[in-house]
Amino acid sequence: MVEVLTKIEIVTRPNKFEQFKQELAKIGVSGITVSEVKGTGLQKGYIETYRGTRKEITLHDRIKIEIVVCEVPVQDVIDIARTYFNTGQPGDGKILIYELANVIKIRTGEVGHAALKNNN
Amino acid sequence: MQMGDSVFMFIATLLVWLMTPGIALFYGGMVKSKNVLSTAMHSYMPIAIVSILWVLIGYSLSFSTGGNAFIGNFDWVGLKGVSFEPNAEYSATIPHNMFMMFQMTFAVLTVAIISGGFAERMRFSAFIVFIVIWSLLAYAPVAHWVWGVGGWLRELGALDFAGGNVVHISSGVTGLVLAILLGKRKDSESSSPHNLPLTFLGATLIWFGWYGFNVGSALTINDVAMTVFVNTAIAASAGILGWMLIEYFVNKKPTMLGGLSGAISGLVAITPACGFVTPASSIIIGLVGGIVCFWGVTYLKKKLGYDDALDAFGLHGIGGTWGGIATGLFATTSVNSAGADGLFYGDFSLLWKQVVAIVATYIFIAIITYVIAKAINVFVPIRVDEEQESLGLDITLHGEKAYHETNF
Repeated sequence: MVEVLTKIEIVTRPNKFEQFKQELAKIGVSGITVSEVKGTGLQKGYIETYRGTRKEITLHDRIKIEIVVCEVPVQDVIDIARTYFNTGQPGDGKILIYELANVIKIRTGEVGHAALKNNN
Repeated sequence: MQMGDSVFMFIATLLVWLMTPGIALFYGGMVKSKNVLSTAMHSYMPIAIVSILWVLIGYSLSFSTGGNAFIGNFDWVGLKGVSFEPNAEYSATIPHNMFMMFQMTFAVLTVAIISGGFAERMRFSAFIVFIVIWSLLAYAPVAHWVWGVGGWLRELGALDFAGGNVVHISSGVTGLVLAILLGKRKDSESSSPHNLPLTFLGATLIWFGWYGFNVGSALTINDVAMTVFVNTAIAASAGILGWMLIEYFVNKKPTMLGGLSGAISGLVAITPACGFVTPASSIIIGLVGGIVCFWGVTYLKKKLGYDDALDAFGLHGIGGTWGGIATGLFATTSVNSAGADGLFYGDFSLLWKQVVAIVATYIFIAIITYVIAKAINVFVPIRVDEEQESLGLDITLHGEKAYHETNF
């Protein structure tokens, strides 16, 4: 059987991250990477003022969540993400799907699907 | 007028003044990084607003001698008759306007302490209106009850040396009522402090200022004042130990924030008692203060489910209540002949008076706070909207951010 490894990258608002993470754990996704990022899109900017100097800020605070799955259906992850991160307003972000060449677990040297499981 | 007392009271006033910016840092470090400026504003704006109100009308309502048992009158509005000439009924040895300034710093500080209850979710305009009304309709009467000539708690003989009722119970209960009316923060379960070293600096300034607060309340340097000095120092230390001990037993890890909270708990607890009890009693009062406040913020808050964000009630309300009761237990005329003997020195009546003072303050402050907040809410929602809360109050209400980690 050919293993299909998929990387899912979600750039979105930080608000609902905790609930999202808990929901993912329920469908068997335990390993994720999160970073704080800045992004711009359709959402309008806002004004900061320092001693009268106005500064228009068009970069918004977002998080980027990176997930790699094999057995877990990609669609499930997408559904959960849209459930939690869809506010109906511009600025909710994007979900990007990549096919991965391989995954290697640093501690054990396991590759592919085995590297994603917590056997050893 | 005596120069020695006046110099001492000038310094004491400066020390108490410093406590309010201290509260800004103490609270500022405990909120999320997106709300630190908003939280600092909750301490800074009272300095601006309450100081002016105090001179215009607040001092007269609190301290003017021609009022009734409940509140002063308008005789001293705009500081009419409040001059360099000492007022013998309050402070015969220092200028009357210096006494007024000393009391001003208390009025400002009390309003700033409240913000621990409603941090991270109150609308700025509603907050401004609230503190204007509250400082006149809530603070001024309670200050008059306890300290004003003719005030009913003063006449009753309840003891409150430096402001356990007036400053701590009143601000703590107000914070609690606002916390309940505003509701929980959306992330109240997962919210954690963003900068504890800032909180350390704030707590240090508060403690430093507290020496002016308690010792200055003696209005001179005499035998009682030096007992107060000693009591304040060791009650704060005992508060740290009390909190740390119980925290170690419950969680196995003593925390820095716990230590800071313990110091504040001990200081709050000794505030009403400091001029009436022995140093040995102060250690017990501080130690128990740290323990009951720990119980308040970890168990009581969780059990009752209110979101007293930075524990205005947990430290000041509960610590102040314990301090008031402790005064009724440990007070002795051997420390201060102007005081009274508490239960442990053979007299039950003081404890009863202390309880009356505490209960009256709770009831009056809770009702007046509820009414003011509900009335403001008719005109402008006291809580920010959801988007403002999730983006943070700094950027949405004030248009500025505390930290710019990136250079874009």
